Amino acid sequence: MRARLVAAATGVALVAAGCGAAETTGSADAGITIFNTEPENPLVPGNTTETGGSRVLDPLFTGLVEYRGEDAQPANAMAESIETTDSKVFTVKLKQGWKFHDGSPVTAKSFVDAWNWTAYGPNATQGATFFSQIQGYQDVHPADPDGPDGPEKAPTPTTDAMSGLVVVDDHTFTITLSEAFSVFPVTVGYEVFAPLPEAFFKDRAAFEAAPIGNGPFKFVSRQPGAEIKLTRYDDYQGSDKATFKDLTLKVYQSRESAYADLVANNLDFLEELPPNALAGKKYESDLGDRVVQRETLNNQTIAFPFYLKPYDNVDLRRAISMAINREEITQRIFEGTRKPADGWVHPLMKGYTPGQCGEYCTYNPAKAKESFQKSGYTGEILLLSNTDGGHQEWAEAVANSIKNTLGVETRFVPSTSFGEFRQKVNAHEMTGMYRSGWIADYPSIQNWLSPLFRTGASSNDGLYSNPAFDAKIAEADKATSEDEAIKLYLEAERIVAQDMPSIPLWTQNTIAGKSNRLKVANLDPFRTLDVPSVEVG
Amino acid sequence: MGRYVLRRLLQMVPVFLGTTFLIYALVWAVPGDPFEGKCGERDCPESYVAAMREKFNLDDPLVVQYGKYLLNLVQGDFGQTSAGLQVGERIAATFPVTLRLALVALLVEAVIGITAGVVSGLRNRGFLDSLVLVSTLFLISIPVFVTGYVVQLVFGLQLGWISPTVSTPTFGNLIVPGFVLASLSMAYVTRLTRAGIAENRRADYVRTALAKGLPTNRVIGVHLLRNSLIPVITFLGTDLGAFLGGAIITEGIFNVPGIGGLVFRSILTKDGAMVTGLVTVLVLVYLLMTLLVDLLYAVLDPRIRYD
Repeated sequence: MRARLVAAATGVALVAAGCGAAETTGSADAGITIFNTEPENPLVPGNTTETGGSRVLDPLFTGLVEYRGEDAQPANAMAESIETTDSKVFTVKLKQGWKFHDGSPVTAKSFVDAWNWTAYGPNATQGATFFSQIQGYQDVHPADPDGPDGPEKAPTPTTDAMSGLVVVDDHTFTITLSEAFSVFPVTVGYEVFAPLPEAFFKDRAAFEAAPIGNGPFKFVSRQPGAEIKLTRYDDYQGSDKATFKDLTLKVYQSRESAYADLVANNLDFLEELPPNALAGKKYESDLGDRVVQRETLNNQTIAFPFYLKPYDNVDLRRAISMAINREEITQRIFEGTRKPADGWVHPLMKGYTPGQCGEYCTYNPAKAKESFQKSGYTGEILLLSNTDGGHQEWAEAVANSIKNTLGVETRFVPSTSFGEFRQKVNAHEMTGMYRSGWIADYPSIQNWLSPLFRTGASSNDGLYSNPAFDAKIAEADKATSEDEAIKLYLEAERIVAQDMPSIPLWTQNTIAGKSNRLKVANLDPFRTLDVPSVEVG
Repeated sequence: MGRYVLRRLLQMVPVFLGTTFLIYALVWAVPGDPFEGKCGERDCPESYVAAMREKFNLDDPLVVQYGKYLLNLVQGDFGQTSAGLQVGERIAATFPVTLRLALVALLVEAVIGITAGVVSGLRNRGFLDSLVLVSTLFLISIPVFVTGYVVQLVFGLQLGWISPTVSTPTFGNLIVPGFVLASLSMAYVTRLTRAGIAENRRADYVRTALAKGLPTNRVIGVHLLRNSLIPVITFLGTDLGAFLGGAIITEGIFNVPGIGGLVFRSILTKDGAMVTGLVTVLVLVYLLMTLLVDLLYAVLDPRIRYD
């Protein structure tokens, strides 16, 4: 009896599902549905930095430069040109004839006002710190004298406009930085640097409910917790026009349920497959030629706490690095989806030079032992990592590799959640060396060195400090030509190689999947769908 | 009866205050700053953290915070999430979906569970009885997430009979998730009914009814069932409450945009206002369900009186 009832019930569901599916024909009018998570912040470019919101805002807005989908190189988008003679004052010329989705023109003022609004302290945006290099940032965003937890409030800014931003005419403005920073034009491709229309400043609540951008797609509707619909903006002036009409970003509770929909061709793109699909390469039999794979801008490293003995000993750090058999671990555990790293700068970056880490990142048992003896350390080595991101297997393999090569007790210490782990890292409470990784903010060689290793830098959690490195980075930041800057950053990377403040392990291939409706759908180096590349079959 | 209901409703007030205070205190007491990690790999700007702390009154003492929250709540204002959405609107959008799923599940477990229980209880130790016992044992021993994934894999992906996830949460689309959600409880309902029937069918009043020459259907359907269903009703009532609050796994597997997923996500993103609002609603639902169950007792068993 029960069996019959089940069959009847699934029959009803089948009919109902059949009614719901809408098939469109003709690729120019086609619509696609891609995976998304619920945006965690209001949909304003300067106020959202997490992926669920970025995936919506990215097609809605076009910044001064955009990063090319194939190699992450910045290319002028809204900017006609960005010129500088000293890497301190930049003159930006905008392309003419661009319009926001509500028909108002995109002018120099749209950018300057948007940047000033985002940087303005009382507006309390998440993206404010991205403007800290612009002259006059301290005036619009004064620091809280006793931190956010303290009783005192931050003083009210004396002005709401940064002195470093000056509108010259409708399509020209200048940016003056407080210090020379040669990489600045690359950073402005990030979403927080997007322009905002007049409508935003008139009625912010209405804008948050229905964002108005200048990008290849315009906003249609949003059902919180379910989906966000966008449609092609037909008057779009840029070169990254879409070849299809509607883009639906569907909110999924989990990647696993999205994967089931992807396998059944109900979902058109999922940019990172869940662990249950990756286990045993299950996705190969599920998806076949629908697998999309590429090298993305993230790496895995082991960082050292310089505040803890014996990890401040350079010989020990070198010994550990040379004792890790990267080739074998990437083959055995990741089945080749990871590539052993030979430096700190990602191979996709312009200026990347192979072998910067040299012999210290090459598996060499004899030299490792020699260096270990020189360090004089004989105690236990600890490797800490969170285990909720699938890190346990490789971390144990790395610990074993060190143990077998150096003949010293090496232990993997797991931590259950990423949040808890990060909190300890930030509070400098690590009891051993620890897992670390980096995802590029913007595609520049500088981003792989300066935020991680400069003294006091935002993500220098291990408290590494080397004045020679700091000086080299400062010199590179001031360089006037890109070639010269790259040359200096590479020299800085070689200083890092001598000190080994972290051990580069490998870089990653991200595995995505598309439906059989899409002829082409590429992944970009930032692990999102490269929308202009999509071709509906 | 009326006075009893009134007394019960008044009892809800202290329970309501106590639970909401506990939840409120616990949500914000979860270790870790709620705005840490909000801005990806880097720290949030101080001005952002300060503004958020002010928005959610986090700088006040806990009792004052709770007071402010409660004051808004009694005026019908559930507050805002950190994404700037109205908590009240989100609850209004997701609650009906979960309610629909819970009703489907309740219907499935009640109809199938009670029928199977009656059938097997009447045929004590027969083949059908053994079959029901074995199959319910089987269902009880499988966790819901296994049932869910197996159903999704077999019917959704391999056979292609159903869509692997729910695209629009209509009653029809919720039948399969409803079955999965109900599978475990269905087995319990079957066993409860079976035990009740098996015990009562030798009772004096049943024998009397049969001796009077009443038709068997009436004896079973009215006399026997009414007395055997009291524990089942208790179970079904609390189960509806549990379905409303605990469908997280089923909703996750089939991507049903209901309360479970919303609670889960809000806890992960430490959206205190949303969690407190949702759980407050669930507490109210639970309280009302138990009251309803208690009133149903009196209907089923005239010996139970409340005044």
